[in-house]
Order: sequence, then structure tokens, then C-alpha cells
Amino acid sequence: MGKRTVIPFGPQHPVLPEPVHLDLVLDDEKVVDVIPSIGFVHRGLEKLVEIREYPEMVYVSERICGICSFGHGWGYSHAVEGLLNAEVPERAEYLRTIWHELSRIHSHLLWLGLLADGFGFESLFMHCWKLRETVLDLFEETTGGRVIFSVCRVGGVSRDMDKETLNKVVKTLRGMEKEIKELTDVFFEDYSVGNRLKGVGFITKEQAMELCAVGPVARGSGIRQDMRLSGPGIYNELGFEPIVFEEGDCWARCMVRIGELFQSIDLIEKAVEKIPEGDIIVPIKGVLPAGEAYMARLEQPRGEAIYYVRGQGTKFLERFRVRTPTCMNIPAMVKMLQGCDLADVPMMILTIDPCISCTER
Amino acid sequence: MYTKQNFINIEPADLFNRVQDMKAEGYRLVQICCTTLKSGFEVLYSFDLDGELVSLRLDMPANTEIDSISKIYWPAFIYENEMKDLFGLKIRHIELDFGGHFFRVAEETPWAPKTKAEVE
Repeated sequence: MGKRTVIPFGPQHPVLPEPVHLDLVLDDEKVVDVIPSIGFVHRGLEKLVEIREYPEMVYVSERICGICSFGHGWGYSHAVEGLLNAEVPERAEYLRTIWHELSRIHSHLLWLGLLADGFGFESLFMHCWKLRETVLDLFEETTGGRVIFSVCRVGGVSRDMDKETLNKVVKTLRGMEKEIKELTDVFFEDYSVGNRLKGVGFITKEQAMELCAVGPVARGSGIRQDMRLSGPGIYNELGFEPIVFEEGDCWARCMVRIGELFQSIDLIEKAVEKIPEGDIIVPIKGVLPAGEAYMARLEQPRGEAIYYVRGQGTKFLERFRVRTPTCMNIPAMVKMLQGCDLADVPMMILTIDPCISCTER
Repeated sequence: MYTKQNFINIEPADLFNRVQDMKAEGYRLVQICCTTLKSGFEVLYSFDLDGELVSLRLDMPANTEIDSISKIYWPAFIYENEMKDLFGLKIRHIELDFGGHFFRVAEETPWAPKTKAEVE
């Protein structure tokens, strides 16, 4: 046995967009143990329910994360709507689904770029982010915002899209499809990319279940788990079926996300074809029932997110709690790092697509 | 459109055995959530089986000490350290115990129940 060394990894590191700290215990070049540590960016956003009324908390929820901001606003709104048993207009659910799937495309393109940057393929990174800009342009055109949209409300959405705009969204995405295909073929076929991802960071289906993994981490290990099957939105009407890979390595997690890029485009096109006419919001007034609670689940680009709300007979919630997907994937990351080479650590961290600011709220 | 909410009230002393049963039945740990109430804490342990969500609910005085479930579900250490750091919840035998330093917060246990003097 070689001499054991502890290498601190993060909180500031080139592959980490947000701060997480890992103590890597090494035996020569092999990682034998990992101790994770977070808590650098805890903002106490949940505590703001004490001073913000429930309609205002949508804006706070959106600010949990800059990448999946729309989903957080939707998850929170859905939880409050569930608490109040409100009937949200069907058109609003279609619009929410369209914006949420656009967010997934933008998130996965951002992540593919970060992964390419992580293994030193700079031109691939830039191409991914260039394509992502087109999605941000669509956000700007349809909501007025590129990062925070503020279109989700308790009871529906505040902005509609006319037929012309909806068709333009589909046309733009279909126009991007060829470029996405060219780009993602590099991840499929380039031998140097395969060398960095295939067989690296392997976790079996049983391990992923034991570690309670969610999102592309679970689906990359063969688990058919996706909250779009049972959560809010109109996914059942669109014939949604999760993308699952059995390999369980970094490559499989990457392939799940690539598959979801094309799937999201298809889902948006189907939603645009089926979107009904009608209202986009119902007025919601009154106080939240005391002592009653609702727990909502939503499939964010990184996996299952939980939104728990508890009323106290006023316009202020007694508790708002968000459990983000990264929180559930940190244990899986720790296990996949044990036994790997030091050089593969960045790839494995990246393939859980960590969002630490989300996790700490 | 809305999913059925399954909250099952249990006693703190029954927690470990109930969670062991959930594990044996194949449930996945979804989350653990603590809420500060006037009477103490509400702690929810949520589990999923085939898309159905079930939450075990503990209502207990603030000074109650509970067992960690990280021996049964190892990922629980994340939530248990969070509850310890932010709420001051007393939890025994956490598999990976950060000793109150998992979250780097300026104020110690910011969400712990306030004493009468603090409220005034």
C-alpha cells in the first residue's frame, strides 16, 4: 500500500461552476475515500416566507437557480396550487411545459459545454454554448428575460404566446436540430471523448437505487425514473417516455442528456400542435389553510426536485422547503469517486451536473 | 392533476423500525424536511415506491433526540447534517457527522425555535 495523501478539491476549481469541497483520500493515484462538504453559498431563501406573501415567493423560488429558474417557479406554484386545490387553466399548463422543456434544452447544452471544457475540448465547448444562445434568444422573445423569466404565477402564467410565436419556437428548434446532431455526434463518435467517459464513474442499477440517485444519474444506470411521468404538466398527453441507458458510466449519463435534447424538441412540437385556446391564469386569493401541507415533485433538468409548502392560516407560508436533485446525487457521486483515478475526478463530478447554489438555497 | 398526499404520523421512538420496514419494502428515500413549530419540530421523512410518495411525520418537542436513519439509508446524512446545523435538531449516530459544520452559516442554528426572551 502506498502512502495515503489527502488532496483538497474545490471549493474553487476550474471544473466547478459553483463551490463544493471534496477531501480526496488518495492511495498513490487512486481515490480511496471522499468526504464532501458544502455550505459556502447558503442564502436562507426558504426563510423569506416569513416576510414575503405566497404570491411573491414565486419570484424568490425562481432565484434559487439561474439555470432551472423556470422549473423552481413552476414547482413552487404547483405546490401552492395543490394546497389551495386550485384549477389551473389547461393553456397555462401547456405554456409551462413548453418553457420548462426549453429550459431543459438550454441546461443540457450548457452542461455539454462544461463537460467538453472539462476534458479540454474547447471548440466543442464553444459550439455548445453558441447553440444555447439561440434558446436564450427564444426565452427573451417569449418572456422578456434570458435567465429569470417571471412569467409563472400561482394560478397560471402571466404571458401568452400567439400562434405565430409558437410556430417560430418550433421552427427555430427544428433549425437547431441539425447543428445539435453534428455536435452530439462528436460525443458519440470521437475516440478521445469516449476514452474520458466510457467505463468511468460506473455505478450499477442496484447501487444507484441504494444511493437514491435521481435524474440522468439514475436513468444512466438503467432506472426508469422521471417525474414527468407523474408530476405537473401535460406530459401524459404528449406520450412521454423516459430515456434510459443501462451502462451506468459517465458516457451513459451524457447520452441520456443528449437524448433528452431531441426529446424536448419533439415534446415542444407536440405541445404546440395540441395547445388549446383559453385563459392563462385564474385569480387566486385568500389565505393558506392552517396546518395543511402539500408536497409537489417536478423533473428538473438535473432530476427530481421537491417543493413542500405548509400553510398557517395567513398569506404567509409556515414552511417552504426545496430539495434539489444535486442534494440527492452527492451521495452517488461520493460512491462513484471511490476507487477512481485522480485524473477522472473532474469528469465524474461533472456528470452529476452539480448545482450547489440550488442545493444550499 | 394533484397527487394524493400521504402523511403518516408516527412517534419518534418508532422512527428507526418504521424506516427499516420501508427499506425492506423497497422504498427510495426522497427527502427529509424539518419545520420549526411553536410546539417544537415537525420532521417529514418522504419515500417513493413506484411513483407513490409516502411521508412519515414526527411532531415532537424541540429537545427530543432522534436516531439517525443513515445506517439504513446512507444518503440521509445530508439531510440530518442540515437539520442539525440549521435547526439544532438532536440526532444520534449519523454515519457521516460534520459536527455542526456542514453549512457554513454566520448565525448558529438560525432556524431553531426561539426562546420567549428572544421573541420579546
